[in-house]
Amino acid sequence: MSNAAWETVIGLEIHAQMATKSKIFSGASIAFGAEPNSQACAVDLGLPGVLPVFNQAALVSAVKFGLATGAEIGRKSVFARKNYFYPDLPKGYQISQLDHPIVGRGMIDVVQEDGEIKQVGLTRAHLEEDAGKSLHENFVGQSGIDLNRAGTPLLEIVSEPDIRSAKEAVAYARQIHALVRYIDICDGNMQEGSFRVDANVSIRPRGSDTLGTRTEIKNLNSFRFLERAINIEVERQIDLLEDGGRVSQETRLYDPDADETRSMRSKEEANDYRYFPDPDLLPVHVDDAFIDSCREQMPELPKLRLARFTDELALGESEARQLINDRATADFFEATVAASKQPRHAANWVINELGARLQKADLGIEQSPVDAEQLGGVLQRLADDTISGKIAKQVLDALWAGEGKSADEIIEAKGLKQITDTGAIEAIVDEVLAASPEQVEEYLGGKDKVIGFFVGKIMQASKGKANPGQVNQLLKAKLKR
Amino acid sequence: MGSRCGVDPTTIRQALMHQKTLTELAIGLEKGEFSSVELTQHYLDRATAHASLNSFITVTPDLAISQATAADARRASGDAGPLTGLPLAHKDLFCTEGVRTSCGSKMLDNFISPFDATVVSKLGEAGMVTVGKANMDEFAMGSSNENSFYGAVQNPWATDRVPGGSSGGSAAMVAARLVPAATATDTGGSIRQPASFCGVTGIKPTYGRVSRYGMVAYASSLDQGGVIAATAEDCAMVLGAMSGHDAKDSTSIDRPVEDYRKVLGADIAGLRVGIPKEYFGEGLSNAVGERVLAAAKELEALGAVLVDVSLPNTELAISSYYVVAPAEASSNLSRFDGVRYGHRCEDPKDLEDLYKRSRGEGLGKEVQRRIMVGAYVLSAGYYDAYYLKAQKLRRLIAQDFTQAFEQCDLIVGPVAPTTAFKIGELSDDPVAMYLADVYTLSTNLAGLPGISMPVGLADGLPVGAQLLGPHFSEARLLNVAHQFQQQTDWHQKIPAAFA
Amino acid sequence: MAVDNKTVIDMAHLARIAVSEDDIPKIASQMGKVLEIAEKMAAVDTDHLEPMAHPLDAAQPLRVDDVTEADLREAFQAVAPSVDKGLYLVPKVIE
Repeated sequence: MSNAAWETVIGLEIHAQMATKSKIFSGASIAFGAEPNSQACAVDLGLPGVLPVFNQAALVSAVKFGLATGAEIGRKSVFARKNYFYPDLPKGYQISQLDHPIVGRGMIDVVQEDGEIKQVGLTRAHLEEDAGKSLHENFVGQSGIDLNRAGTPLLEIVSEPDIRSAKEAVAYARQIHALVRYIDICDGNMQEGSFRVDANVSIRPRGSDTLGTRTEIKNLNSFRFLERAINIEVERQIDLLEDGGRVSQETRLYDPDADETRSMRSKEEANDYRYFPDPDLLPVHVDDAFIDSCREQMPELPKLRLARFTDELALGESEARQLINDRATADFFEATVAASKQPRHAANWVINELGARLQKADLGIEQSPVDAEQLGGVLQRLADDTISGKIAKQVLDALWAGEGKSADEIIEAKGLKQITDTGAIEAIVDEVLAASPEQVEEYLGGKDKVIGFFVGKIMQASKGKANPGQVNQLLKAKLKR
Repeated sequence: MGSRCGVDPTTIRQALMHQKTLTELAIGLEKGEFSSVELTQHYLDRATAHASLNSFITVTPDLAISQATAADARRASGDAGPLTGLPLAHKDLFCTEGVRTSCGSKMLDNFISPFDATVVSKLGEAGMVTVGKANMDEFAMGSSNENSFYGAVQNPWATDRVPGGSSGGSAAMVAARLVPAATATDTGGSIRQPASFCGVTGIKPTYGRVSRYGMVAYASSLDQGGVIAATAEDCAMVLGAMSGHDAKDSTSIDRPVEDYRKVLGADIAGLRVGIPKEYFGEGLSNAVGERVLAAAKELEALGAVLVDVSLPNTELAISSYYVVAPAEASSNLSRFDGVRYGHRCEDPKDLEDLYKRSRGEGLGKEVQRRIMVGAYVLSAGYYDAYYLKAQKLRRLIAQDFTQAFEQCDLIVGPVAPTTAFKIGELSDDPVAMYLADVYTLSTNLAGLPGISMPVGLADGLPVGAQLLGPHFSEARLLNVAHQFQQQTDWHQKIPAAFA
Repeated sequence: MAVDNKTVIDMAHLARIAVSEDDIPKIASQMGKVLEIAEKMAAVDTDHLEPMAHPLDAAQPLRVDDVTEADLREAFQAVAPSVDKGLYLVPKVIE
């Protein structure tokens, strides 16, 4: 949203469900889609007398996030109770963190659409328990409460209000989304609610450095909705202010069907959450040894990997970024390099050739019918001139279609080996030149473009197997002007 | 008397079983003088006979007899432990699977827990027999047991007087010998004060020694389970079996449990017993003060050395406690909302109505008041001045004890300023009752262990003294109380109507 | 500190407790007395003190991430006031 008079200010709160086996404070499963309340144990239900015990894997996940963003790790983090009544909140309080979060300040490098990098400050990331769900259908005048989700570990990732447009917000959210999946702490499934975004949106006159009144748009569960909701909310706020009205601080909901945001009346009243340290839980101590053990469990961080790809493998910056954005892609690329020793080719083929085919088939790289070993084999043959680039594409297609197990097998079976025997190529060249006296005249008369005609004919005659370099060399030698 | 002739001496012996201590009953079971079923039936009969005391919320005869039968079978197979077959009651905030756990509240009048508290399962595994659930102040909030949905409990020494609280039922039933022991909890004196009012022995261990899992919370950072019985030796037996680390309670301490009975009898010569001057000042009745000091002299006669110590912030413990405890309670009791269990109002018109009426109807006045005070001290704008300040004072109070324990090995003092007061006497003045907790609150704020033992009678009412020690000094406290009880007979006195 | 009726009404609402109009003045006076005790704290200098949330200076133990709980829905819902199709029922939640 660009507007000459107004500047948009956005901060995001992202709730990422940690991909643990059990809940943050109980031993119940967090698997999605179970029968209602079949995964809500005594602790999750807040039965009288139950007590929480903290899940180590949730802590490890949060520390990994802190390491991945270069943020401060809270050496002594404290769980606090956020008190409010709601049917999907069984205890009447949510266990969260306030003053001493597990992850403190950090900085995220966000690659935007145009490739520019924008730094967005990370205010904090804290652990908390998810609430249950209220279901409103099928019960006359009543809601049904399912507490299976209650107690699922969440990492709430809070950004500084550094974001200036819906597009930037999406780029930031995508970056975080990629990161949590990269370090394997969240499955990122937005349909199932594993990754949810709240946007705090305000506007101010351009040039002003005070913040306007913000609204919070809750529970945006796709990047498209995130962008749309922010744009619509910004428009709404601009209209309000330009009509002499005021923005009131409130929670709003984006309704994709109506394509509008509206006030959530039930949550509108000013809440007094009465946070205080949870007396059932003790301070969580994180020492160097613990952090080291988390670091050991981490994959190489995107930032370091990027540097390695550009420095050691001599990839271009933008190429390298495309590869590291998604861990599976980066891993696939590295395996392809290992199999082929051809980093430049590998980058190009993983991004472009394989990438296009995957996109067309709507497949993730994990589901690629051609594995890294196979692609590496193709690139090896390309590099040692056994096949040309064009033939290599054919080999890739054949591998994709399952016509053979390896590039060599397909090259052999289909007789695609490039002709590098100079004598054989020369015979074809001579044949083509002899059959095209007019074109030869034209070329000798100065029409350079005609060379393409000869190459085409020669490749046709050789069924694409003639080495293009050799063909060019021979042509030029024979047609010396 | 001729009419007595022909009565089987065994029958007489069995009719007087309740006069024995838990320790003596254990020996009786071991020697086969009576079975657990006989013993259990005897106590069940007494519970029925003295129902007017109102010390039980629930009596569980069927469960008790089946557990007693199992205990006898276990003994027959040679598998009995020291507690196997001995009856006890649980304070009604320890969750018991299949048996109502009411917490003395209308809110949970219909609540049957689907699981056992860790304390209940540990004592069950030791073979103890549950004869029922003890009355208590609602959600353990009170010092008189008058705040129970099930009515006030009478003090067996004077039925127009309170037994103390909140573990009033536990103390009264042990004093009346309706059970040889009962579990109890202490958040600000709730084991020690009723033990003192009823002339029995009660120990509150170090915070974290006994698991809180399944023990319905009042104030989580102060609550601690313990036991009330006739003697320190009896307490040692039960406490040993209740204690220990529990992975289900994050605040439970992973540290081996001492053999509390084994150290009973250790010489106390040279032991430094601190007398805090703040515990003997204004407000303490002469009758109580004299008897507590006499008990200190008795310890001196046993070789202990009396030293003067100071706990300068004693009175501020009242302020700190009555902020911290209501704050935690206001949050802990939010789960009682009429949605998943417990009382739900008739025909709620909307969600707000469901919450407000269910809680308004289900929770008693004292509980409501503490919840509202708790909400207030945590609310925006008041947090720092009340809650945070109270937590800082808590540190100061804990430091008082640390300094005092540099000069002494334990502290002796009164439990309450007076003996048991009359039912109704203070019930309209909650604050006056709060002030009477002055000697017990600071122990909980600091997480220290304390034992209350009978040290005399004043106008026919029991007087108790408490011994306080550093963290994890339960064995020392039990031993000193035991030594005292070897020299005195206050713990053997049974109110006449219940002998 | 004197507690006014509005404070009682606010706190009763925060705590979701229905109180009757008639009881409010009495509750206000009793709350006021309790807070008066609490206010004695103000006289103490506590600047140098760390707040104490727990009696023992211990660290949070960590639980191994295993699923240990079976489905006990039937037992749990046996004590529930209103359930249907495995869901707890409440008056309609309006969002």
